[in-house]
Formats: sequence, C-alpha cells, structure tokens
Amino acid sequence: MRTGVDGLATSLAVLSTVLVVVPLVAIFAYLIYKGASSLNISFFTQIPKPEGELGGGMANAIVGSGVLLGLASLIGVPIGISGGIFLAEFGRGTKLANAVRFTADVLNGVPSIVMGIAVYALIVTPRMPFSALSGGVALGIMMIPTVTRTTEEMLLMVPHAVREAALALGVPNWRSVLSITVRTASPGIITGCMLAFARVAGETAPLIFTAFGNSNWSVALNQPISALPLEIYRYAISPYDDQHRQAWAAALVLVVLIVAAVSLVRFVTSRGTLKGAS
Amino acid sequence: MGVGIEVVNLNAWYAANHTLQDINLNIPANHATALIGPSGCGKSTFVRCLNRMHETNPIARVTGTVRIGDLDIYNDAKPVEIRRRVGMVFQRPNPFPTMSIYDNVAAGLKLNGYSNRRVLDEIVERSLKDSALWDEVKDDLKKKSGASLSGGQQQRLCIARALAVDPEVLLMDEPASALDPVSTSKIEDLIFQLKSQYTIVIVTHNMQQAARVAEKTGFFLNGRMVEFDSTHKIFTNPSDKRTEDYITGRFG
Repeated sequence: MRTGVDGLATSLAVLSTVLVVVPLVAIFAYLIYKGASSLNISFFTQIPKPEGELGGGMANAIVGSGVLLGLASLIGVPIGISGGIFLAEFGRGTKLANAVRFTADVLNGVPSIVMGIAVYALIVTPRMPFSALSGGVALGIMMIPTVTRTTEEMLLMVPHAVREAALALGVPNWRSVLSITVRTASPGIITGCMLAFARVAGETAPLIFTAFGNSNWSVALNQPISALPLEIYRYAISPYDDQHRQAWAAALVLVVLIVAAVSLVRFVTSRGTLKGAS
Repeated sequence: MGVGIEVVNLNAWYAANHTLQDINLNIPANHATALIGPSGCGKSTFVRCLNRMHETNPIARVTGTVRIGDLDIYNDAKPVEIRRRVGMVFQRPNPFPTMSIYDNVAAGLKLNGYSNRRVLDEIVERSLKDSALWDEVKDDLKKKSGASLSGGQQQRLCIARALAVDPEVLLMDEPASALDPVSTSKIEDLIFQLKSQYTIVIVTHNMQQAARVAEKTGFFLNGRMVEFDSTHKIFTNPSDKRTEDYITGRFG
C-alpha cells in the first residue's frame, strides 16, 4: 500500500515535470525549425527592405529592443528595488506601505495595452512624438511591480538573526539594511529583476502607442524606434511569405537574446559569490 | 580593557509583559559573570538591556539605569555607540552568509566607515587569533563564506567579529547551546582567556558551564534576580532556598 502511494506520488511529480518542460522545448524547437533557416548575416546587419522586396534584416529592431530594455531597466530596477526596500525594511506595517503594496499588485494586473495608452496620453504630445523614451517609460513602469514585490519577498526571507548581528555591532540601521540585508538577499533580487526584464522584453502592446516602430536606423531617444516584438507583429500579419519567415527568425532571436541576457547577468553576479555562500 | 557594569532598578517589558523587575547588581570588570535560571526567567532580556538591543523590538520598553564604566548608556549615548562598546554573541551562530570570513570579521569596522587596509588586516588576524580560529581559516580568509564553516567555527567567527570592534564588554547569550561538546569546550577555553581583557557576561542553561568559566553567578527567576554572588557560593552554599532548589535540579 505504502509503496503504491509512493509510486503514484512519484509518477505524478514526473508527469508534472514533463508537462512543464514539454511546452518550453516544443516552442523552442518550433522556433528553430521555422526561424533558423531565415537567419543569415544580413538579418543582423541590415535594416528592413521596402515592402515586397526580398532580403533585408532587423538590425535596427535588435538594437532598438536593446535601447528600449536598457531604458526600461534604468527606470524599473532602481525604483522597483527602492520600493521593495521601503516595503520590507522601513515602512513595515505602516499605512503607506500597505498602500504601496496594494498599488504594486494592481499595477501588476494592469493589461499591457492599457499601460501603453496611459503612457501615450501622459507623455506622447505633438512636441514629443512617438519616441524611444516613451516606450522605455512604458516598459519601465511595467517592470516596477514585479521588481518591488520580489525584492520585498527576498528581503523578508533574510533571517532576523542576520539583522540582529549587524545591529549588535553598532552599525546604523540604514547601513545595516543596505550593506547586510540587501546584500544577503541580492541573488533573489537579481532573479526578480531578470523576471521583470524577460517579461517586458517580449511586450508588444505598450510599444504600439509609444515607441511606434521605425523602418530606418534610429537610436535617438526622441524619435520612434524599432523593436523586435513590433517587427514580429508587423511581419507576421503581412501578406508576404518572406516577411513571415523573417518574423519567425525575429521571434527566435528575441528568445535567444532574452536567454542570453539572463544567463549573462547570472554568470556575472555568480562570479563574485564565495565558496559555501548561501 | 574591560569595565564594570552597574545596574540600578532595571525594569523591562515586552508589551504588557513585565519581563524584568527591579534588577540591581554590579558586574565586576575583567571577570566572567554567568547568569542562570529556567527558560523565560528574563536573563536573555537582561543582557539585551546591557547593549540596548532590547529596544530594537518595537513592543519593548525599558526603565532604570545601566552604567558601563562611567557611561550611563540610556542617557549619555546613542544605541549605536553603546553597541560598539558592548559586543554580543548570540545563541545561534549568525555570520553574514554572503560575506567572506575576512569580511565577516571586518564588518563592524568597515560598515562604520573604517577602510585602512593594513590596519584592517591586522585587526582581522588578531581577532581571529583571539577567538582561536586563525589556524583553521587563515588560508581561506577571502575565499570562503562565513556560512561555509562548521557550527562551532561559525560561533568563534562571531566572537572574532565582536572582538574586532574592540569592545569593553562581551555579552554571550547561550553561546554554546547549539554546539557539540568539543566546540563547547573550545568556546569555554576561549572565555577563560578573554576575560583578562574583557568583561564577560554569559547567559547559560548549563550549570557546569557557569561553574567552569565564571567567578560570579546570578540566578534569575520569573523576571527577578534571586541571588548574585561568587560562583562557588552559589553552587555550594546558596542563601536562597529557590536557588538551591534550582541548582539541585528540583525544578527548571
């Protein structure tokens, strides 16, 4: 009887693992199958050809996505981490903290297209048209709640004993929070930032009204800028087969770039980790 | 060098719970003083009042006077200054998990803005030697995390960390209760050596330990200090019936 239950539980766990892994592998395999054949040097070095012409590439969209995500991280990571530190360390139990936490949770649930419209209404004006900056703001705001809430969770997991050790050494509270608590929680906080980054990297809707897209080279912050998700969207619904193939290739590149960025950050941050550190 | 501690009419609360009631005693400089008593009798709260850690709990309150040397710690100084002069070692070893062994020991100095490398190196070495850990870790100072050490080593690391800021008093709240007998005896040897330089107050559940390391012993019961005398007197000829009952194992 007992071995039977054990076997059942084990097979359920294995089944769940398979169910988690299969879609990921399937999506990735299909992307490679559909996209890899359209990848060539010009995909990474050229800008899109005019409608209907064969060839061309997405260099501007790849760089544009980099610019937008850089801007978004500059906005979302510092504000998000500061918010999380406030919630977990300085504002614990206060009404303001409860209000901030509630706002973050609601913000997390705001559909991304609504975020796009909101930023469009607030920032995009005749004097400041569709621009990389407004796209970065939209994505950055979307990063904030995820970063804030994971930062808070990770800080709350730091054992009380570690905080006490710092206080008992005569370290002022603010210093103890920044140098001990945040440092102890930093692996988890970095994971939170990466989650937020990966999530907004694929966002299309908030960019439609803000970054808008651009068929030419542009990295200027006050001009419309291209982005991989926007190009995927545009090409996937175009009537040309060549553009469909390029959309698949762009999707593959986007996924690979996200994985590469996340792995790079993990590698760089883990190099400083000491033997036996937990 | 260590300094004496004078406690006058000390009272402490956790919310409405009156955990310490009218404590008066003089702890001698450069000696080890043990505090014994059953769980919940207030001895941990008492040592936490000596470095103003008690008040870090928002529901905690304290009244009375504590003088460390000639400093009235509740009136003449800020908590952070007191805690630099009164080091503390906790029941469970609590090294900073993401810091190297070196950084753990240097933490108190570095986090208070001290950065002279050569002096830090010297202080780290001296503190680790004083806590009898140097020989075991000197090759991995900056390579290994404080959390990679064994429990007993971690506790000696915590002692080194407390010694590095050059305190006058060292408070130890059941420092060996989470350790095996070998590590415990190392900590006790250490207390024996350290008390020539520091005033040591050690909370312990282990009465043999109190008898081994301390010249003076105080017996706490239900938030009051029942008796405070030389360790020899407390264990051989206590004046109070309740002390005798406790040390002979009749309760607690």
